Amino acid sequence: MSLELKNVEKKIGLETHIYQTNLKLEKNTINVLLGSTLAGKTTLMQIMAGLDKPTNGEIWFNDKNVTGVKVQKRNVSMVYQQFINYPNFNVYDNIASPLKITGVNSDEIKTRVGKVAELLKLSPMLNKRPNELSGGQQQRTALARALVKDSDLILLDEPLANLDFKLREELREELPKLFEDRDCIVVYATTEPSDALLIGGYTATLLEGKVVQHGRTLDVYNKPNSLHSAQVFSDPPMNIAKIKKSGDTCSLLSDEVKWKINFNLKDGEYKVGIRPHNITTYKEGQNSLEISGKVLISELSGSESLIHFTNGELSWVSLSNGIHQKNVGEETKLFMNLDEFLYFDENNKLVTNV
Amino acid sequence: MSKITLQNLSHSYLKTQNQKEDWALRNVNIEWQDGGAYALLGPSGCGKTTLLNIISGLLQPTEGQILFNDQDVTSKNPVERNIAQIFQFPVIYDTMSVFDNLAFPLKNRGISQQEIDQKVNEIAEMLELTSTLHNRASGLTADGKQKISLGRGLVRSDVNVIMFDEPLTVIDPHLKWILRSKLKELHQKINRTMIYVTHDQTEALTFADQVVVMHEAEIVQTGTPVELFEKPKHTFVGHFIGSPGMNILPCKIDNGNISINGKKIEAKVNLKENNFSKTEVGIRPEFIEFNKDGLPVKILKVSNTGRHKIVDTESESGKIKVIAKSSDEIPSGSAFLNFNKDYTYVYGDNWIIE
Amino acid sequence: MNKTVNQKAWFFVIPVFVLVAFNAIIPLMTVVNYAFQETFGNNVFMWEGTRWFKQILLSERFHAALGRQILFTLIILLIQIPLGIFIALTMPKEGIGVSVCLVLMSMPLLIPWNVVGAMWNIFALPDIGFLGHSLNALGFDYNFTQQSGDAWFTTVLMDVWHWTSLVVLLSYAGLRSIQPAYYQAAEIDGASRWSVFRHIELPKMKKVLTIAILLRFMDSFMIYTEPFVLTGGGPGNATAFLSIDLVKMALGQFDLGPAAAMSLIYFFIVLTVCWVFYNLMMKNEGKS
Repeated sequence: MSLELKNVEKKIGLETHIYQTNLKLEKNTINVLLGSTLAGKTTLMQIMAGLDKPTNGEIWFNDKNVTGVKVQKRNVSMVYQQFINYPNFNVYDNIASPLKITGVNSDEIKTRVGKVAELLKLSPMLNKRPNELSGGQQQRTALARALVKDSDLILLDEPLANLDFKLREELREELPKLFEDRDCIVVYATTEPSDALLIGGYTATLLEGKVVQHGRTLDVYNKPNSLHSAQVFSDPPMNIAKIKKSGDTCSLLSDEVKWKINFNLKDGEYKVGIRPHNITTYKEGQNSLEISGKVLISELSGSESLIHFTNGELSWVSLSNGIHQKNVGEETKLFMNLDEFLYFDENNKLVTNV
Repeated sequence: MSKITLQNLSHSYLKTQNQKEDWALRNVNIEWQDGGAYALLGPSGCGKTTLLNIISGLLQPTEGQILFNDQDVTSKNPVERNIAQIFQFPVIYDTMSVFDNLAFPLKNRGISQQEIDQKVNEIAEMLELTSTLHNRASGLTADGKQKISLGRGLVRSDVNVIMFDEPLTVIDPHLKWILRSKLKELHQKINRTMIYVTHDQTEALTFADQVVVMHEAEIVQTGTPVELFEKPKHTFVGHFIGSPGMNILPCKIDNGNISINGKKIEAKVNLKENNFSKTEVGIRPEFIEFNKDGLPVKILKVSNTGRHKIVDTESESGKIKVIAKSSDEIPSGSAFLNFNKDYTYVYGDNWIIE
Repeated sequence: MNKTVNQKAWFFVIPVFVLVAFNAIIPLMTVVNYAFQETFGNNVFMWEGTRWFKQILLSERFHAALGRQILFTLIILLIQIPLGIFIALTMPKEGIGVSVCLVLMSMPLLIPWNVVGAMWNIFALPDIGFLGHSLNALGFDYNFTQQSGDAWFTTVLMDVWHWTSLVVLLSYAGLRSIQPAYYQAAEIDGASRWSVFRHIELPKMKKVLTIAILLRFMDSFMIYTEPFVLTGGGPGNATAFLSIDLVKMALGQFDLGPAAAMSLIYFFIVLTVCWVFYNLMMKNEGKS
């Protein structure tokens, strides 16, 4: 079982919403679509589901061409950001609704609904209406309705975005377990890199309608094929600086900071990307580069410290474990983990392979 | 600018109150100093927005008083209290330009045009809105509009306190981070009292000098982000702050000895009596280490978030999460855990035993 | 277990389609037919081309009726829209008063239009009507059957009484959809009541007001029943608005050709004004 998008493109009028995309999603995988708000995640998911037709290209499901097949004929479930439930049905009827439409007998409905409700901890509230439930419970109801169908393709469009911070954490942890024993393909759209990392599976990074990279989540995170993929997959945002390489030394274009690199690279100008947690107030890793900075602001979040600082004309963000209180304007030393530097050429393609 | 004192504040949206649940706020007592950055943190429905509206004067409390600089302002409206409030979604005057939006509060107070021009330009520069001053306000992005809302509060030089009601709700995630740091920077620059309501711990902990944690209409703990993180006084605070939250495990206390499932645990506590119906040990995932000896657990799952690893383990008394460095080797199958005794606490009936 | 798309639902549409065909489409086609031809009955038609259109467009009678109509519609809009908004602003936002006001506002809209005309006819009679008698008692020389000014006054008053509620209900719905945070922010900004109206309420009611203005324009421009029952178009031609004049021509004089042409011109005027107005109002919606 697999879902394949072949040369799929979507244009509305003169605007291209999705650029030519080739994507293959395998059975029993959770695939995260990671990108900012208007990157095209929802459009892509609607095309995958059959809610929308691509302008060009084909959709193949299980080696059958399903392009243009209406969503009612595909076996698809979708969960949205806003908790969508039938307001006049109670939880039981909400979950049972897709089964009732396809004419499943009531005994089987009872069993299946019971199982899914148990999985999503909804058993005590089967008699309540959506407006009597909290946000988290409403979203669980929507999830239960999506799961009870035993669909081949389950699409989740930022399902946790409207939930409180802690609820989001809880539900995010439960999600992979919900899909464990099912034979289906799951697609999960989100703007948060931490969602992708904690859910695991595969990730496709999207930027302005283009799928920039697709692969195992940790691979895409550790080896972004381009600057764009790295930027999408970074929270807080990645630090990017222009550097110059000559001989075996690299230096920041602002000149004072120099270091040696131990792999082959043509001389010239490049961009280097460093994630904030690889710049710390203490030495980390074998290969570290000391940099002095003037503190702009320090944000302490209980267990971590985010320090914004400047070095010459460049601004950087560092994320250190523990509490490191710094005053505005203070001169301080920070350490960058050279092993985690990502080098990109002028076409924004990755050139390191550390 | 002023000192804010809340005395015995309680509020109910119902005309008569028969039980605990009828109250939206119960017995709130707080004293906030001039110029500080404060946060009200809690899950949906805990009463934080109610409290904010009472402080700003948009809501009259059922019981209790509010004092600004030791003067009773309980019966005064927002204009008389001289406050500014920024709401969850941007509230701007659609038909006016950015400049006119910012000038509006000053015009209504009869300030001279010259002074208005100077003030508006000053604030626009601080908020990086100068280039859009003559554009229609309705054409800006969500974060631009929120900046306008913020600007309207800042132009008034006599504002006592600026209140934020979950202001980053509609902002794009990658811009959220920037606006968040900007707010902190702003506070450092202008030193006005700011009160920030949110359910997002990162926002609260990075912004505020002091955080008030609320749960079910009551204040559970007040402290600096570090205090709340390192020593939660209530299991709710332990669970709510930290991502993931504190591990809470049932324990037995016998003659001053604490044990979890027979294994002795050392903690920072002075145990005199034990007449609690429920005793638990609380330890944060950041303060647990793998070792050759200790509490036996089974390793369930290892998640990599890029900056650290989260290990899900299971002991006989319940699940325990551990945070380890990205570079650490995690044992597989079974392992032993050691708790850092300086950060291990004992809770009796949910409150800390000191 | 696959759902099938059920095409049988289309059969349920047939009755409506037949009804609409009989009531609207076929008669419209007949009018078009008459507009381009001349007939003396017995189904004998002679092609006249654009003769009737030219005749109508150049006739003084048409210009006069059109002028009266435009004046009437303008007066109606200028009174009803502000008045409707004003009443909506003063209506309570919660409590029992809401239901009471909504019912009161709905009542004039439920009365059959000819009854409205008849009511006002009697109400305004100078000798026995409450309004007519009172005005005369106060010293005004009021007689709507004989004085054109008075006829206009009464017609306008009747329409305001009948239709302002529609504007009120639409405006009220628009007002209620404004989130409280806007009022709170304005309160904090120290805005005056007028500022709040001008900068928050009015802009946010734009969509609803567009509908209200369009509806009132169309209805007042095509008004027939009430003024006909009230004044019959008189005294003389004073209140002979476009539709009243049209019916006189078609049924009174039986000039079917010119009447049909006038009918079509009438239709196109309404269509054009609505289209232009709507596009103007909606032009900026796409951007924000």
